[in-house]
Amino acid sequence: MSDQRYEIRIAGSGGQGVILAAVIVGEALALYEEGLNVVQTQAYGPEARGGASKAEVIVSRGKIDYPKATNPNLQVILTQKACDEYVHDASPNSVVIVDDFFVTEPPKINANIYSLPIVRTAREEIGREIVTNMVALGTIASILESWDLAKPESIRKAILDRVPKGTEELNSKAFELGYKLIKEKL
Amino acid sequence: MPKVEFWQGNTAVVMGAIAAGCRFFGGYPITPSSEIAEIMAAELPKVGGKFIQMEDEIASIASVIGASIAGLKAMTATSGPGFSLKQENIGFAYMTEVPVVVINVMRGGPSTGLPTKVSQQDVMQARWGTHGDHETIALAPASVQECYELTIEAFNLSERFRQPVILLSDEVVGHMREKIVIPEKGSYHIVDRKRPKEDPEKFVPYKPDPEDDIPPMASFGDGYRWHVTGLTHNQWGFPTNDPDIAEEKILRLMRKVRRFKGEIVKYDTYEVEDAEILVVAYGSVSRTALSAVREARSRGMRVGFFRPITLWPFPDDELRGLLGGVKSVLVPELNCGQMILEVERVVGGKARVFGKGLVNGELFRPSEIFDFIKEVA
Repeated sequence: MSDQRYEIRIAGSGGQGVILAAVIVGEALALYEEGLNVVQTQAYGPEARGGASKAEVIVSRGKIDYPKATNPNLQVILTQKACDEYVHDASPNSVVIVDDFFVTEPPKINANIYSLPIVRTAREEIGREIVTNMVALGTIASILESWDLAKPESIRKAILDRVPKGTEELNSKAFELGYKLIKEKL
Repeated sequence: MPKVEFWQGNTAVVMGAIAAGCRFFGGYPITPSSEIAEIMAAELPKVGGKFIQMEDEIASIASVIGASIAGLKAMTATSGPGFSLKQENIGFAYMTEVPVVVINVMRGGPSTGLPTKVSQQDVMQARWGTHGDHETIALAPASVQECYELTIEAFNLSERFRQPVILLSDEVVGHMREKIVIPEKGSYHIVDRKRPKEDPEKFVPYKPDPEDDIPPMASFGDGYRWHVTGLTHNQWGFPTNDPDIAEEKILRLMRKVRRFKGEIVKYDTYEVEDAEILVVAYGSVSRTALSAVREARSRGMRVGFFRPITLWPFPDDELRGLLGGVKSVLVPELNCGQMILEVERVVGGKARVFGKGLVNGELFRPSEIFDFIKEVA
């Protein structure tokens, strides 16, 4: 692989766990894949809940100078507000995954847009909206696998490192459902 | 095999501090530095250290000074509003010659400003925040790896020179997670303060070692008598108005750092040999700047990069030595023009100096600095 730079962004509302999801992607790529440089950053407001929040992961086999995304190759967006605020710098032909419940107006931009039931899967299939970010991680794992950038197993491992004891099964199940959500559409 | 971690800058500061021998932290949490207090509270007890959350920032720095006088390597961490509150006691530490490390993870100011957003508005506050003459040592990390290594360096310098040392981190560097290779124990240098060798009865607490102008430091409780006051004092630590003694005290405070400036200053360069345009940037901005300089180079433009790692003392001789063929110097920073004043002093009219400030809470994007380069090319 060349020194190509990949930019991943997860965006939503404070409290949806977008920063944790990005940290897990970063840990998976940095600790469980070989030879990748990884930088993870975030932007959020002073409030603990609500407000648009985003977290980003930059990956490259080369050196990473600028630590933030300028034209993301993959975005997962969980609220309309975050979509309105952040989606527009998408790289042409990049992948944009939006939640089909909260993002009611999918963006009109030049990108491969997938509207997926991320929040609804967490809510209806798992019965816990709190695992929304794990469903989102599943979709990211599918994409990174299709780009030959990371094995889903690396993200599974990183999830188990991070989630509280006793919630492993819940989180893993959410991850697997997310993985399948997009796998069949790729 | 050295251990690899994926850490936040603030985590690396904590682990670097503990590796340097820090065993006391007194603090009052404030965004974007709070993780340092949080992780210290978890990590310090594991190595027999003490963590105290004090009632405010002033008490925090006071507790750190007390812990250091009692013999421990000690630090606190804060951001702009807390850095303001700590200034009086930072001055006390300069005057009493107590080693302390102060981490300031910069956010937007003035006042409570932008708590979660990046800035570099405290560069001059680090230099002149406390009143009176003193030499400042302030280091600005640009990566998680440097957060670890420069925190160790901050402790080493503080112990060596018996004075406060400031780590000027910023929100981007502090909250950014990045791969870090943990240096193995023994692969880095650790400095401990010089202790008195004479009997306690013969101890003169502020009698400098002629070798380096720095007096050996006794710990409270060791049986050495030592009077500690912020008033100008004689060799026994007692207040005096004697003009000769007063002058020598302040001159020695300055001299003990100035003599060794060459050993303190740190900087980094990229493609400076044939540069006609030089971009000077530090902290998180240096990462954007480097990205823009690489872009300019790929288009055949003669652009170089200079990064002060010690903001104070500023690497002035080192920068001056690079100016040969330089026609323009660009200083992008997340304030309305602070470090540029030092750059202008060094350049002394021999090249044009252009500043670009950003105070909206965001980090410069590479295209913004690249456009800045194109404007002057």
